[in-house]
Amino acid sequence: MNRKMTVLTVALSLAFAGQALAQKKYPPGITDTEIKVGQTSPLSGPASAYGTIPKVQMAYFKMLNEQGGINGRKINLIALDDAYSPPKTVEQVRRLVEKDQVAFIFNILGTAPNISVRKYLNSKKIPQLFTAAGASTFGNYKEYPWTIVLQPSYKDEARIYVEYLKKNKPDAKVALFTGNDDAGKDYVDGIKEAMGPELAKKMIVAEATFESTDPTVDSQVISLQASGADTLFVHAVSKWASMTIRKVYDIGWKPLFILSATGTSVSGVLAPAGLEKAKGIITAYYLKDPNDPQWANDQGYKDWLAFMKKYYPEGSTGDQLNVYGYTMAQALVQTLKQCGDDLSRENIMKQAANLDIALPMLLPGIKIKTGPTDYYGVQAQRMMRFNGQTWELFGDIIGEN
Amino acid sequence: MVDVADTMPVADAGHTKRVSFSEKWAWLPVLVIAVCLPFLVSDYRLFQGTLTLNYALVLFGLTILTGYSGQISLGHGAFYALGAYITAILITRFDVPYWATLPVSAVVCLAVGFVFGRPALRLEGHYLALATFALAVATPQFLKHKVLQPYTGGVGGILFTKPEAPFDLPISADAWIYWFTLFVTAILFVIGRNLLKGRIGRALLAIRDHPTAARAMGVDSAFFKSMAFAVSALFAGVAGSLGAISVQFVAPDSFYPLLSIMFLVGAVIGGLHSWWGPLFGAMFLQFIPNITDDMSKSASWAIYGVLMILSVFLMRDGIAGAINRLWGVLRRIAGARA
Amino acid sequence: MQTLIHQIVAGLATGCIYASIALAISMVHQSTHQLNFAQGEMAMFSTFIAWALMQAGLSYFSAFALTVIVSFVLGMLIERFIIRPVGKTSQLSMVVVVIGLLLVCNSSAGWIWGYDVRPFPSPFPDDMRLLGGYVTAHEAGSFCITMAMLIALYLFFRFTPLGLAMRAAAQNPVSSRLVGVRVDLLFGVGWGLAAAIGAVAGITVAHVLFLDVNMMAGAVLYGFAAALVGGIDNPWGAIAGGFLIGVVENLLGAYVVGNDLKLTVALLIIVGVLTFKPAGIFGVQRVRRV
Repeated sequence: MNRKMTVLTVALSLAFAGQALAQKKYPPGITDTEIKVGQTSPLSGPASAYGTIPKVQMAYFKMLNEQGGINGRKINLIALDDAYSPPKTVEQVRRLVEKDQVAFIFNILGTAPNISVRKYLNSKKIPQLFTAAGASTFGNYKEYPWTIVLQPSYKDEARIYVEYLKKNKPDAKVALFTGNDDAGKDYVDGIKEAMGPELAKKMIVAEATFESTDPTVDSQVISLQASGADTLFVHAVSKWASMTIRKVYDIGWKPLFILSATGTSVSGVLAPAGLEKAKGIITAYYLKDPNDPQWANDQGYKDWLAFMKKYYPEGSTGDQLNVYGYTMAQALVQTLKQCGDDLSRENIMKQAANLDIALPMLLPGIKIKTGPTDYYGVQAQRMMRFNGQTWELFGDIIGEN
Repeated sequence: MVDVADTMPVADAGHTKRVSFSEKWAWLPVLVIAVCLPFLVSDYRLFQGTLTLNYALVLFGLTILTGYSGQISLGHGAFYALGAYITAILITRFDVPYWATLPVSAVVCLAVGFVFGRPALRLEGHYLALATFALAVATPQFLKHKVLQPYTGGVGGILFTKPEAPFDLPISADAWIYWFTLFVTAILFVIGRNLLKGRIGRALLAIRDHPTAARAMGVDSAFFKSMAFAVSALFAGVAGSLGAISVQFVAPDSFYPLLSIMFLVGAVIGGLHSWWGPLFGAMFLQFIPNITDDMSKSASWAIYGVLMILSVFLMRDGIAGAINRLWGVLRRIAGARA
Repeated sequence: MQTLIHQIVAGLATGCIYASIALAISMVHQSTHQLNFAQGEMAMFSTFIAWALMQAGLSYFSAFALTVIVSFVLGMLIERFIIRPVGKTSQLSMVVVVIGLLLVCNSSAGWIWGYDVRPFPSPFPDDMRLLGGYVTAHEAGSFCITMAMLIALYLFFRFTPLGLAMRAAAQNPVSSRLVGVRVDLLFGVGWGLAAAIGAVAGITVAHVLFLDVNMMAGAVLYGFAAALVGGIDNPWGAIAGGFLIGVVENLLGAYVVGNDLKLTVALLIIVGVLTFKPAGIFGVQRVRRV
C-alpha cells in the first residue's frame, strides 16, 4: 500500500514535471507526441461539397501517424464546420486558437472566411498556412507576414489565358462569363489587367455573370452568343461549368472555349455535360486530374489511389478536391519536416516560406516554391486541351516556378 | 394565417397578476451572472456570449412582430445585414466611432422597416412569408452589385479594427465588447418591453384579436402594424451593428438566405410566449450547431434538423415554456412536501 | 429578334422546371393548407432514389415508376409521423418542423450518396431539335409531362370522389369530419401525392440541373415564387406562374437589369403583384367572415 502510494506520487510528480518541461519547451499545440492543427471548412450548408477536403486530409494524417508521424509526433487535425459564413469562421478559429490551443491554422476554405480571420491571426502571430482560396490578396507578405497561399492565384491564371490569346488569336472577340463571387471577380479583373485598358476595350465584347441561386445559365449563354463573340472565357465550378458547356454546344455555338481550372474535373464536370461536347476546351492547371487516363500508370497517381482506397474509401476517387487536399497535406508535412525539432510558430512560418518541392500529384515540371518575399507557392501552370477523352498538355510551363 | 392565440406572450395577456415572485425577479440573478461573465470565462466564450446576445436581440424583434402583430417574417436577415453594413461603412469611410453608429442604424432600419411594413400589410400568412423571404434572398445580391461596390466592398466585404476598451481599462477587447453589447441589449429589452406594455402594445393586441372592433374604435391599424414591423427591424438592425463590431468583418457571405429562416426557427424554439424565449432561442442557434458538428462531421445538419423537430414535439411553447412548466412542477412538489 | 425568340423559348423551358416544382407545392397547400419548404429537398431525395435504382440495374421507366410509388409512401409516412403530431394549431411550429425536415433530407442525402455532381439520363433523344432548333427533345418532353400531370390532377380533384373529399377536407376540416370524411387520412394522401409529383419533377429536371444534393437550392425558390404569383390554390395558376417567371426573368436578365439583379427584380415584381392581387394573378380572393 505504502509503496504503491510512493510509486504513484513519483509517477504523478514526474508527469507534472514532464508537462511543465514540455510547456516550457514547446509553444501551444506542440508536445513531444503531437502537433495540433486547426482548420475550418463548410461541412454543412450549400458549399458542403468542399467538406471532402478536411476528410481526405484527416485520412492522410491518419496514414502518416500510423507510419510514425513526423519526428515521432502525430498530427492531430481539428476540422470544424463554418458553413462558409465568415462570422462562424471567426468564432471557430477563436475556439481553435484559444480553447483547443492549436499550433497553427491550416487550409481554411474560401476567400471571405480567410479574410475574416487574417487580421486576428496575424495580430496573434499565428501562422495561417495555405489558404484554400486563390484570391491574389493572400500572398501579401508585407502587410500579413503570417498568411501564405500555395495554390496559384486566379489572376495569375487569367494572365496565362491572355498571353495565349495575344499570341494565337490577337483579333479575338472575347465574352466573359463568371460566377458573381470573389473568384469570378478576380478572374475578370485579372484578364482586364493583363490585357491593359486599350486591348480590353477592343477584345472584350460581352460580360455576364451567374448567381449560385440560378437554376440554369441558359439565358446568359444565349446573350453571350448573340454578342458575336468568337472566344468564350468561363469561370465556374461543378454543375454551372457543366451546364455552360452543354448549352454552348446545344445552341450550336463553337467559340474558342477557355475554362478556368476550377471546372476541369473530367468526371465531375465534363462527363455530366457530355465528353464530346467538351472537346476542344482549353485550360491551365497545376494538379493531375485523377480521372485522366494518361496518369493511370503514373506512380504518384497510383500511390494516391492506393491511399484513397485504404484510408478514405468513402471518398470519391473522381473528385479533384481529394487530390487538392492530399497535395496540401503533403506540403504541410514537408513544412513540418523542415522545422525539425524547432516547432515554434516563428519557425513554422519561416519554413512555410522556404519551400521548394515537387509533389507527386503536381503536373510534371511544376513545383511549390516559396521564399521570405514570395508568399505564392505555385505560380507555374501548364495549358491543356480536352480531346474528348483526356486533357492533353501542350506548350511549355507558363510562369515562374 | 398565423394562429394568434398560439403566439401570445403570457406576461401581457392579462396574466400579469399571477406572475409569482420568483418569476418576476428571475431576471436579477441572470443579469448579475451576465454582468460577471467576463470574470468567469475565457475571451473565446465571451465572444460566443456576445454573438448569442446579438441573436437574442433579433429574436426579440421577431417575437414582437409575431407575438403582437401576428405577422411572419422570413426576412430579418436583411435588416441584420443593413445594420451591419451601416456600421462597417460609417467606421471605415467616415471615421465615426463605433458606438455612434448604433443610433444611425437604428433609425435607418426603423425607417426602412416602416416603408417595407406598409405594403406588407396587404399580405397574409404565406404571401407575407414569401415577400419577406424575397428580401432575404435579394440582400446578398444587392450587396454585391457594382453600383454599391465602392461602399460595400463587393464580394470581399469590409474589414475593420476591433474597438479596444476605453480609458485604458485593464480589460480585454472581448470583455469590453461583451459589456457594451450586454448594455445595449438590456436597454433595448427594457425599451421594447415598456413600449409593448403601453399604448402601442395594447393597440396591437386589440388589432390582432379584434380587428373589426379596433377599427371601429378608430385605431389606425395600418400605422400600428407597420410600426411593429419597423420596431422589429430596428432590433435586427442594431443586432447587426453589434455583430459587425464584434466580428470586425462584414461580407455578403455572412448574410445567406437561410440565416433569416433560422432567426424565425430560433424565435419559435426559444418560445414566443415568454420574454426569456429570445435568449434561449439565441443559445439554440449559437451552440447547437457546434455540438452537432462535434457529434458527426458527415451528418451534422441531419442531427440539427432532428433536434429542431424534436424540440417542437417535446416543447410546445419553446424552451422558455418548458422551463416554466418544469418550474411549476418543482414548486408543486416542494409545496406538497412543506 | 432571333435572340429575343431564343430567350423567350429558353425562358419557357426553365419555366417548365419551376412549374413542375410549383405544382408539388400547390398540391400540398391545396390539400392541407400547409407550405412545404422542404418540397425541393424531398424531390432531390426521391431523384437520388431513382438514380440508385438505376445503378442497381433497373431500366429508366421501372425506376421512374418505383420511385414515384416509394415517394408517395414516404410522403404519407412523413405526414403521419412528423407533420401530424405538430397539429393544426401552430403555423410557426410547422415552419420549424419543415425546416428541420429540409436539413435532414439535405444532409442525409449527402451522407448516403456524397456531394458529387452526376449526370442524369433522359428518355428523350439527346441530339434531336424541335421548332427550328430552339428546343431540345428533353425540353419538349418535360413540357408534355408537366402538362399531363396538371391535367391528371385537374381531373382527379374535379371528378373523383377522393379528390373532391380532399378539397372538402382542406377547406373545411371540421364539417368534413362531421359528414364522415376521414380528414387525417386525406391529409396523408395529399402529402403522398405532393411527394410523388415532386419525384416526377425531380426526375425530369435532374437531366437539366444535374443530380446533386443541392440541385434544388435555386430552383425551389423560383418554384415558390411561381406558386405564389400564380395563386397557390390553383394548379393552373402555379403552372402559368412558373412559365411567366421563367420568361420574365430571362428578359429582365438579358435586356433590362443584367444577370446579377434579375432574381432581385423578379422578386420585387412578385411582391408588387401580390400587394395588388394578394391571392396571386390567377387566384381567387376568398371572402372571409370577420
